[in-house]
Amino acid sequence: MTVNSDWTYAPAPERVDPEIAERHRLFIDGRFLSSRGRRTFETANPATEAVLSECDEANAADVDAAVAAARAAFRKWSRTRPQERAKHLYRIARRIQERSRELAVLETMDGGKPIRESRDVDLPLVAQHFFHNAGWCDKLKYAFPGATDPKPIGVCAQVIPWNFPLLMLAWKIAPALACGNTVVLKPAETTPLTALRFAEICEECELPKGVVNIVTGAGETGRLLVEHPDVDKIAFTGSTEVGKRIAASSAGTGKRLTLELGGKSPNIVFADASIDQAIEGIVQGIWFNQGHVCCAGSRLFVQESVLSEVITKLERRLSTLRVGDPLDKNTDVGAINSGAQLATIRDYLERGRAEGATMHEPSDASLPDKGHWCRPCFLSDVQPSHVVAREEIFGPVLAVMSFRTPEEAISRANDTRFGLAAGVWTDKGSKIFEIASRLQAGVVWLNTYNRFDATSPFGGVKESGFGREGGLHGLRGYLSL
Amino acid sequence: MAREPILKTWKLFIGGAFPRTESGRTMILWGADDRVVAHCCQGSRKDLRNTVELARKALPRWWARDAYNRSQILYRIAEMAEGRTAELVDAIRCVPEAGTDRAPTAATARKEVACGIDRLVAFAGWCDKFPQVIGSRNPVNGPYHDFTMPEPTGVCGVIAPNEPSFLGLVSHLAPVLAGGNVAIALASETNPLPSMVLAEICATSDVPGGVVNVLTGYRRELLPEFADHRDIDAIGGATEGNEERRLLELGAADNMKRVRLEHAAEIDYHDDDARHSPWTIEPFTEMKTIWHPSGS
Repeated sequence: MTVNSDWTYAPAPERVDPEIAERHRLFIDGRFLSSRGRRTFETANPATEAVLSECDEANAADVDAAVAAARAAFRKWSRTRPQERAKHLYRIARRIQERSRELAVLETMDGGKPIRESRDVDLPLVAQHFFHNAGWCDKLKYAFPGATDPKPIGVCAQVIPWNFPLLMLAWKIAPALACGNTVVLKPAETTPLTALRFAEICEECELPKGVVNIVTGAGETGRLLVEHPDVDKIAFTGSTEVGKRIAASSAGTGKRLTLELGGKSPNIVFADASIDQAIEGIVQGIWFNQGHVCCAGSRLFVQESVLSEVITKLERRLSTLRVGDPLDKNTDVGAINSGAQLATIRDYLERGRAEGATMHEPSDASLPDKGHWCRPCFLSDVQPSHVVAREEIFGPVLAVMSFRTPEEAISRANDTRFGLAAGVWTDKGSKIFEIASRLQAGVVWLNTYNRFDATSPFGGVKESGFGREGGLHGLRGYLSL
Repeated sequence: MAREPILKTWKLFIGGAFPRTESGRTMILWGADDRVVAHCCQGSRKDLRNTVELARKALPRWWARDAYNRSQILYRIAEMAEGRTAELVDAIRCVPEAGTDRAPTAATARKEVACGIDRLVAFAGWCDKFPQVIGSRNPVNGPYHDFTMPEPTGVCGVIAPNEPSFLGLVSHLAPVLAGGNVAIALASETNPLPSMVLAEICATSDVPGGVVNVLTGYRRELLPEFADHRDIDAIGGATEGNEERRLLELGAADNMKRVRLEHAAEIDYHDDDARHSPWTIEPFTEMKTIWHPSGS
């Protein structure tokens, strides 16, 4: 008898075929229409570089049509009995659950994230956001004390990024519709497919035409949408740079604005933390979704006495992360979303090394020949002034720094223009809440990291933007009290 | 023999002290009969920058105080203002109303002062209540305690309308302070005196230095600096026309200032229901959501 001593995993690919059409069109006024500009762009699978489909690039006339459709639909949708609005949203939530495997596979193919995450994190949250907000439709008058007749705002322009395509869509569309608004949403140009599949679900659920409109395209389409004069509200998730441009362009227009922007979130590990748990939290914090997470715990602060222990354990843990085929159910780290993003990440790694940081890349597993890949890695000996400690990299790259006292940890954690999220690890209860209250961040995870829920408000302070998404507070940006 | 009155030049209120403007400039306030009522400082951009530094230092200490304590300090402002009602009424009446050559009547001014003082009392009461009203405990999936609570945005610019000079400032200042923020107020340009009386009241009301700051000067000179200063976190108040609003929102975009402006002409400052709402505090707060595992 021979014993197999090779402990590598056999491939375990997800085999559901999402049946991707060769061509995708815009979804305007309840119909799939070709762009009036007749321009298209390709969306590819970042793990194989194979083109998945051709999509229409919406131009000014398309955006006009979509906004006009949303405007026309608003008159009726905003006056639809709240209980009836709710039924549409509940039905959408159910259809998402029913089609979740197909959507998860499509998300993974178009974006590169591991199927384990799109299946177990993204899709359950997407459904929960619609289900949760469906129930708000007829309860808005109880949501904000003293405001017994809150009103929808109108036509919402929503622009979302490529890191959680369908989840960001849910964060945007579910509360907007629950409050009686109509929307025109632009997904990111590298990940348009699940948004268009969602449009099919809207049809299946007989959502009135024009309530949801999807226009695909790149930055120019997004600019046309948010600068459209008949838009009442802008909701944007993306980079701080673009967020500032949007805020500037809407100055003086009276448009309502919520922005969920970049981050460089600190994750603070005290010597009295449960170190093994903290290691798992660090991994969850920065290598979840290839680090393509606005709230990623990308700056790790470790108390000096446990620094070497944490680095050793991190190296060991990182060497076990499996990088590769995102459709493989055993994959931990998938493909980088695009070649351009990979180039950005590599550039930051180069600058980190040039500035004197030490590179740790414990895994030497082979990577697929095609596709965009970055092995999970971290940089130690990072100084606060280093570029890798200050700028958002948006990749599986962690900057490790040390501190001595809680005061030092707080001041260094807050020494950033961002303020999206933060993590703290210690078993001392009073200390953890003291630190939590002094960290400048919209979300603070204590002895955990990267937890999300439809009932839990998410959003940033400082240059990470303003407004909250999720829960009761997520409705606020879609209502006039 | 007639006695000549002693007319002072009203100074700025910065960091708990009353300095003159660093620019050495003053502006004259003309009364209804074209007589000089007072001299005020014509605050400069540099004055504003100095103020931001002192306000920034005051912020953590103000927010660290217990809400009950902040509540009592706001109430103390109201108590002190009550005792100086006559002075506030005179200050309101020292210049003609916009578009007229007459000062507001004594009855109008008294009503304005009373409403302003009552507003301070209302917001004194909010300090230790609004976090419960607008915060939440979130019923998330899984074994976590998850709650959301407001924290102050930080250093807030408070742009008072030209009229009503006292009630307008109080109405925009009180929510900012109740929210735990520190304020840099720009007084009414047409009648800054009631704002400066309020500054003197604050100076004798246990308000820590730097928590309330009041500048006088020209809107066209100071608003651009409010808009562009990168260490101001939020701007609230009233604009005189959309151009001011556009200017403030444009500058705010550069450091993501929170901006909540209303057009002065559209505000009914005597509407207690609208003005005493906790949703006037909310724009100057940041919701912080905290997660912690529970269970073993």
